[in-house]
Amino acid sequence: MAGSGGAGVGGVGGRAQRLVGRARSLRLPLAAPSWPATVERPDPERKVGLEYDHEWSRRYPARLARAMVMDNLARPVAQLIAPATVRGLEHLRHVQGPLIFAANHASHVDTPLLLTNLPVEYRHHTVVAAASDYFFDRTWKSMLWSFSLAAIPIERSKVNRRSADTAADLIEDGWNLVIFPEGGRSPDGWTQPFRGGAAYLARRTGRPVVPVYLHGTRHVLPKTPDETAVAPGGSGTESRHGGRLRRAPISVLFGAPLTPDEGENAHRFSDRIEAAVANLAREVHSDWWQARRSISAADPTDGAADSHRGPEAPAWRRSWALDPRPTSGSGSGSGGGRGRTTWPE
Amino acid sequence: MSRRPGFVLEVDKSTPPTLFWNGEGFTLETLPEGSRVIYAPEPMKALDDPYGAIRHALLNPVGDRDPLPALLFAGMKLTICFDDISLPLPPMEAPDIRQMVIETVLDLAADAGVDDVMLIAALALHRRMTEDELRHALGDRVYDAFAPHGLLTQHDAEDPDNLIHLGQTESGEDIEINKRAATSDLLVYVNINLVAMDGGHKSVATGLASYKSLRHHHNPQTMQHSRSFMDAPASELHSSNWRMGRFIADAGVKIFQIETTLNTDTFPSSFAFLQKREWEWNLRDRATYAATAASLRGVPPRLARGIFHSIKSPHAMTSVQAGEVEAVHAITTENVWKQQGVDVQGQTDILTLGLPYICPYNVNSIMNPILVACLGLGYFFNLYRGKPLVREGGVLILRHPTRPEFHPGHHPSYIDFYEQVLTQTVDPVAIHKQFEESFATDPWYIHLYRTGHAYHGVHPFYMWYWCAHALEHLGRVIIVGGDPAAVRRLGFSPASSMNDALEIASDVVGPSPTLTHLHTPPIMMADVH
Repeated sequence: MAGSGGAGVGGVGGRAQRLVGRARSLRLPLAAPSWPATVERPDPERKVGLEYDHEWSRRYPARLARAMVMDNLARPVAQLIAPATVRGLEHLRHVQGPLIFAANHASHVDTPLLLTNLPVEYRHHTVVAAASDYFFDRTWKSMLWSFSLAAIPIERSKVNRRSADTAADLIEDGWNLVIFPEGGRSPDGWTQPFRGGAAYLARRTGRPVVPVYLHGTRHVLPKTPDETAVAPGGSGTESRHGGRLRRAPISVLFGAPLTPDEGENAHRFSDRIEAAVANLAREVHSDWWQARRSISAADPTDGAADSHRGPEAPAWRRSWALDPRPTSGSGSGSGGGRGRTTWPE
Repeated sequence: MSRRPGFVLEVDKSTPPTLFWNGEGFTLETLPEGSRVIYAPEPMKALDDPYGAIRHALLNPVGDRDPLPALLFAGMKLTICFDDISLPLPPMEAPDIRQMVIETVLDLAADAGVDDVMLIAALALHRRMTEDELRHALGDRVYDAFAPHGLLTQHDAEDPDNLIHLGQTESGEDIEINKRAATSDLLVYVNINLVAMDGGHKSVATGLASYKSLRHHHNPQTMQHSRSFMDAPASELHSSNWRMGRFIADAGVKIFQIETTLNTDTFPSSFAFLQKREWEWNLRDRATYAATAASLRGVPPRLARGIFHSIKSPHAMTSVQAGEVEAVHAITTENVWKQQGVDVQGQTDILTLGLPYICPYNVNSIMNPILVACLGLGYFFNLYRGKPLVREGGVLILRHPTRPEFHPGHHPSYIDFYEQVLTQTVDPVAIHKQFEESFATDPWYIHLYRTGHAYHGVHPFYMWYWCAHALEHLGRVIIVGGDPAAVRRLGFSPASSMNDALEIASDVVGPSPTLTHLHTPPIMMADVH
């Protein structure tokens, strides 16, 4: 018995050794090619950032897989975590795509929440402009965001012709584009000045810009404190919940599509887009008519048009102004009123 | 990343097996340590705006030529000639360069009010192109505008009514070319210059010539003194054509030459591994190679041939120049070398080559044994400047199945050449003396050439003459994997494996020979110092 047992173990070991030996003896094409000693190895080429080739993510297999994930997984999860009130969809009914969706940006969940709340005719044919230095700095991240969000890398720190060409080419190919003209998440919830990317692309491609305001997303996933580049100490709100996903209602507001006027340069058009988003921000807390009236009533010389950017004040005051304490007349009084839409009485 | 030049690899222990073409398939061979493998330069960047570049070339000619619009006038007789199916290889994806150039020329001719325009495929003694092939080369727009009215023709080297004898050069060479072309107010010739041998005076002096004219340079003596065909100053073939071309010009034939060069982006991305260096193959390349090689081994040759001949190359234009023939060709040749040239130090005892499924004379056809010999010894052996890659008395090892198969419609005289001539002798000079005349004047072959899609009766002789320089230079030719009977019929030695071939070669070059492999595709030319 012992002998036979030993033979059995030896047999298994022998087979294993033979298998290892065979595996080692495999040659091209079954094994990876060896590198000739006389040929210098180049530094491994990292095709990340702007160099990342994301074309695969728009091929049909990837689109089909993404659509299945988005409709069957992401949308139910989004509805669970961030039940959305969507307004302004009527603006999209009579406009010919492709469109450029220009939204404010307060949280990493802005993109998936915006995509999952887009009408179906846009949802699966939209690419997202994402910061190349943040979302495309590793191969795995590049692949993840390209697949899950159809993201394309955009240079946000300086003007980059390649970024612009890529985005413009895709729009001209019929893809809708989601872009966050602020260039990054707001550090404190107040809107940052818009950069000219969306306006430039609209002028270049002749496609309309749809202003979008996302409200409440920073409560779902706030910017983490160590990322906060505001006054020392950051904002108290974000330091408590930074980086953790929380359940909170959100609002998604679509404005009327904008096209550049004759002779209007990108800078002026960008200001108009920003004003349209600001108008939507006001609408969250009231309704369209109230918001419209408040804009008309505001004196452009007193800085009211920039009210969505918050007061020129230290961080805590900006946070305070952003999330005012509930008053006795607003809402039911439960939950402190944070992030709730208030309606005119 | 900038384009990498060609280079010579010295095989060591870490070098992966090397890719060899093997007809309608490929194989990996382990070469002995110390062997050299010559890799081609990477493809050059294509012209961003080819139509713009063509127009610019036509408006800004080189040499003693006016811009094309200045040469066009109402009431003139304009003939546009173009290279036939033998170029480029493989046939390129639409739009073909000929289409792009000819459309631009025709636009200018239309603007100038030229009514009498004729297009001629300059096919010398090659087979006539089919309608599909012409449509692919010229585009539907051109084809439909000219072919139905009989204004798109193919040169007929056996049509006495449409040939004109212009005279003889100082070397006694007859010049008999297409009459319509020679008597036109302007002859525009549209070239695709795949290799340095193409174009120049050879375009008209060969492409539009008759057998009476061609025999002066398509003979064993001329070929043996063309070292190589790719190096015009050292090529007697070119010297003869240049004499003829200058004579034609002096006879008053006004030629506006248009030459174009291509990059070496030869195969579509599904065959990317063919043009990559083996140690840079990624998983996809390995999988594609394994799957393709295995499936090709498992299908009948006829099916594999069909698959390969359906491939259209993504070749792209890298330059276009127009004007006077010699000035144009000087620029073209420089551009071709820029793309294809590789510096190589010293000759080798053994040169190895993997031969593909295609050569200039079997597009959409079968690579018969005579064409195998011509491709290996006539073309690949001659891809050098300076000295041949292999030393005198050295050995050439080819890899190709070399099946004794012929296309009866395209190559009828090849069959008889194989059965009646090669069974008697393989010496090009003897073949030339004993057999050429009877094949060249055989009425049946002439009939097939003129009315069907057959190569001229003399064409297999020319293919054999192309080998003359190599046959004279080499100590032995070995074909690995070829049909033994067919290989022996060619006068070569068959071998079943590369190791066998090296063993056979050692009889000629000794036990420790040097070995060099020319790694194709893509095509390249060795500047041997």
